[in-house]
Amino acid sequence: MIQNLVDGVLVGSILSLGAIGLTMAMHMLRFANFSHAELLSIGAYAALVFDGLFGAIHPALAEAIPPLSLTWSLSIAILISMALTGVSAVLIDRLVFKRVRAKGGELSMVFASFGVAMIIRNILGLIFGLSPKLYSQDIVFAIVVSRDPFLLIKPDQVFTLVAALLIMVILHVILSRTTFGYALRAVAENPSLAQVSGINLSRMIVLIWLIGGGLAAAAGVFYGLTNQINPVLGRDLVLPIFAATIVGGIGSIYGAVLGGFIVGLASNLALVILPSGYSPAVPFLIILAVLIVRPHGLFGEERT
Amino acid sequence: MIGVISYLVFFATVASILSIAVLGLNLQWGNTGLFNGGVVAFFGAGAYGTLILGGTPQAGQMGGFELPYLIALLGGMVISGIVAWVVGLLTLRLRHDYLAIATFGVAVAFETVMRNSDWLGGAQGIRGFERPLRDALGNGFSYNLAFLAFVLVVLIGIYLFLERLIASPFGRLLRAIREDETAARSLGKSPSRIRLTAFVAGSVIMGLAGGLYATFYAFISPQDVLPILTFQIWAMLIVGGAGNNKGAVMGTFLIWAAWTASGWALSRFAPMDVQLYTGSIQFVLIGLVIVGMLMWRPQGLFPEKLVVSQSAKDK
Repeated sequence: MIQNLVDGVLVGSILSLGAIGLTMAMHMLRFANFSHAELLSIGAYAALVFDGLFGAIHPALAEAIPPLSLTWSLSIAILISMALTGVSAVLIDRLVFKRVRAKGGELSMVFASFGVAMIIRNILGLIFGLSPKLYSQDIVFAIVVSRDPFLLIKPDQVFTLVAALLIMVILHVILSRTTFGYALRAVAENPSLAQVSGINLSRMIVLIWLIGGGLAAAAGVFYGLTNQINPVLGRDLVLPIFAATIVGGIGSIYGAVLGGFIVGLASNLALVILPSGYSPAVPFLIILAVLIVRPHGLFGEERT
Repeated sequence: MIGVISYLVFFATVASILSIAVLGLNLQWGNTGLFNGGVVAFFGAGAYGTLILGGTPQAGQMGGFELPYLIALLGGMVISGIVAWVVGLLTLRLRHDYLAIATFGVAVAFETVMRNSDWLGGAQGIRGFERPLRDALGNGFSYNLAFLAFVLVVLIGIYLFLERLIASPFGRLLRAIREDETAARSLGKSPSRIRLTAFVAGSVIMGLAGGLYATFYAFISPQDVLPILTFQIWAMLIVGGAGNNKGAVMGTFLIWAAWTASGWALSRFAPMDVQLYTGSIQFVLIGLVIVGMLMWRPQGLFPEKLVVSQSAKDK
């Protein structure tokens, strides 16, 4: 039970990072982006590539930072991967979504995002193989925090949680303290009024993809660090991340953070009563529950 | 020669069954503008329903009610309809992306439950279904030919029904809601109720396709309700032309031919070490087809015919 709670918080932090970008893009561009979770895969694999590259350049970089399995090279690779994934998100928007936006309605975008997800996922599979990959082959033993109730925590998990929370705090400071943050919130509230006030909408869209992609990359690496990396990572995470945005209310960044933790906790607590094979269905139950009780989520507002 | 013909019969049967599902999706997406991200769930509900209601009892499994075939098929459709009604009731009042996410979720949940519940067949799927009229027709080529004829009759029946439906006042109402919900509401129509009707009707048609599919193979397993089937069905509709029933059927045969041909070509000509990845290559191709169509020809090969209503023509 306690173990499930702790694991739930950890998974929750990863889902939150993914959900922030998704909720921003969904709110601004008015479409459910089913390819968002593939950005996590792109991030995870990009970090894998650069991790290997830096490790090969200088052997000292391949050393793990005790007590983690995280190496110096991977920590630099995370930052590069965040930047690269952000750029890929912008590129995908330029290449596909922008053109579909110009041609058709919002729902064509949803179709297109499914197609994009399909392409990215399988190209990653073709490049990196279908078998799971790990950042480190070293076995890092979990630390027994307590025996009764039994609780195991890996140092990597603690790092992941701290890093995820740190990223969210930085984002919060940016949103609440900078002109950019005000502009972003203004666009989210009322795009036309924001434009009248001199905010460049297309630049804001690029920035949202950059931020969303960057956060997704971090989430992907953290997921790979605590589980494993495989090409279907996006397929497995897309529904939990959507559930997080719906719980929080589409468009609410703080809602997405809270929603991520709620979905992570609920999914892991559900394992107490359900066999683990059923866990992919839990996010759907959460979505149904939210739609029945509070259709617009915790912080969402009614909008058509 | 007989090999080629029997393969063509097999191909035509599967393509016709899928056409029925695509027609169901066309009612939802093409005519009403409803995004169904979980076609497989409704297809699968019909398939499982038909086999459970019409099959012979199996140890440790629910079902085996041995109902007469047509009643089992109808029962499968009803089950699809109930699933659609629940999902639709919860989501159709909300912003459209909720329906997309919820239907996607329903498909994931459906596959997960079927895979893990041993009393519903589990990962092994449901067997022990006696194909109707097997005693009279045998199990060979003549049976498949007769079954193709049956599927074609159903397909034509659904096609004519939908053509009549969209030409009727109800069909006009669907398009009115798709084009301008507020205007439809101002004329005293209830968009959410009409949308729910269309959504359930489309899902029931998908359930019918699923029931026929399960009858054809006398077997259904979670492996048959993977998300890829949803993509294939969409690709068929988008390529054919959303809103056009003829396009939906043509698109189905075209995409299904391309899919099977690409699978065959990859397994025949690709080097051994690539064989493992033929699935991935096919998925990339179908993704490119969907994205490419949306970018360059969103109206499909057979665009929807724009209907001008009578009164406007008179002026």
